[in-house]
Amino acid sequence: MRRNGGLGFIYLTLLVALLLTVMPMPQQVKLFRPDWALLVVLYWTMALPGRVNILTAFLLGFLTDVLIGTVLGVNALAFSVVTFIVAVNHLKIRNFSVIQQALLIGLFLALYHLLLFWLSHFLTGVYFLPAYLWPVLTGMLVWPWLFWLLRRYRRQFKIQ
Amino acid sequence: MNAIFSRGPLLGLRLLLAVLCSVGLMLVDRYTERSTQLRSFLTSAVSPLFYVASLPETLLSGASEQFMSHQRLLDENARLKETLLRQNGQLQLLGYLQQENNKLRALLGSAPLTDGQRLVAEVLAVYSHPFSHQVVLNKGSNDGVTEYQPLIDERGVVGQVVSVGPTSSRALLISDNTHAISVRAERTGIRTVAEGLGQWDLLRVIHLPQSADIRVGDRLLTSGLDGLFPEGYPVAEVSRVQKDESQPFMIVYARPFAQLDRIRHVLLLWPGARAEDVLRPEELN
Repeated sequence: MRRNGGLGFIYLTLLVALLLTVMPMPQQVKLFRPDWALLVVLYWTMALPGRVNILTAFLLGFLTDVLIGTVLGVNALAFSVVTFIVAVNHLKIRNFSVIQQALLIGLFLALYHLLLFWLSHFLTGVYFLPAYLWPVLTGMLVWPWLFWLLRRYRRQFKIQ
Repeated sequence: MNAIFSRGPLLGLRLLLAVLCSVGLMLVDRYTERSTQLRSFLTSAVSPLFYVASLPETLLSGASEQFMSHQRLLDENARLKETLLRQNGQLQLLGYLQQENNKLRALLGSAPLTDGQRLVAEVLAVYSHPFSHQVVLNKGSNDGVTEYQPLIDERGVVGQVVSVGPTSSRALLISDNTHAISVRAERTGIRTVAEGLGQWDLLRVIHLPQSADIRVGDRLLTSGLDGLFPEGYPVAEVSRVQKDESQPFMIVYARPFAQLDRIRHVLLLWPGARAEDVLRPEELN
């Protein structure tokens, strides 16, 4: 078993997720943009918890902070916490059907946004708008397709 | 697989470390002065990502210009020429008025208004996370951009630069909820502060006493008192005034003039800088 095989492929997907996070889009569409980076990290944590876990999530969260300009560390913390939950329960989550997984992912995304809001509220005093939770719904809808795509990708390149 | 099972407590330890690191980062970023430099460094490190991410859009808009019909280009050219002529006519008058104004100010013994350098910058990415309204610009320290520099577009004040890399910089918009700008009502001259709320089309005007004379439709201009924004640029128009006697202050909201959600080009200002202090861009000569 190659221990280092495929790590580059994993990082490639993470890079694409970051690009999707900052890609310019019309204002109306932006509000619904799924949290690509978090979704991709969650997939890899679930599939290969030995390769991708909290350290990767922390680094990716930190990069997200830098890219979107939130207070440094806010996304890093939220990414780490959500990834921790998935890493601990990855065997259970793997056995669910894709629909059940999508619901669970929705729950995790809601937790992520709540954490993000709490921290930002504490640090910069933002106000809550229900519209902030749209990415939870779009993330849930995107999950089955993303799961299918990344699984094919993983099998294609035999990443383990 | 066994390796993964034995990771149980290790994961907890990693989480603890990650949480500690993040909290440390947050505190450093929020409560120390060093973070501006750190951010500038990080901005320059990730700026290639922004260039790559905006590539599809650049290509698409380039293609649409390529396929624009000859007739439409001619029409657009004629229209632009006409606008330019009209605005040049107004500018002639403005130059004269400015001179006269400076003479009058000199007679009164007050400092003349300075008209600094300008530089056109293109917006690479508008980041619209509700908790951070920022844009990334394609000009950086190589073009003479500095931190805290004000930014306007053709309608009004847009924001200020917060971190600078060599080829790109990041600006905070006036609608960000960590941003506040000192303004003056054009009609009455009341000075106040307009702060962002994290919404694109709304600012809150704060600390106005119940007796203040302010109405819907009043224009708010920069007052120049914050020492960052030069005086007299339009910021916002008062859109809602609510008088509630049980509150210590009036509740007033305003709508920014600049269309913050669809800016493509902005003008960077060097207020008060003399011409030889900054690099002069070729396209503005």
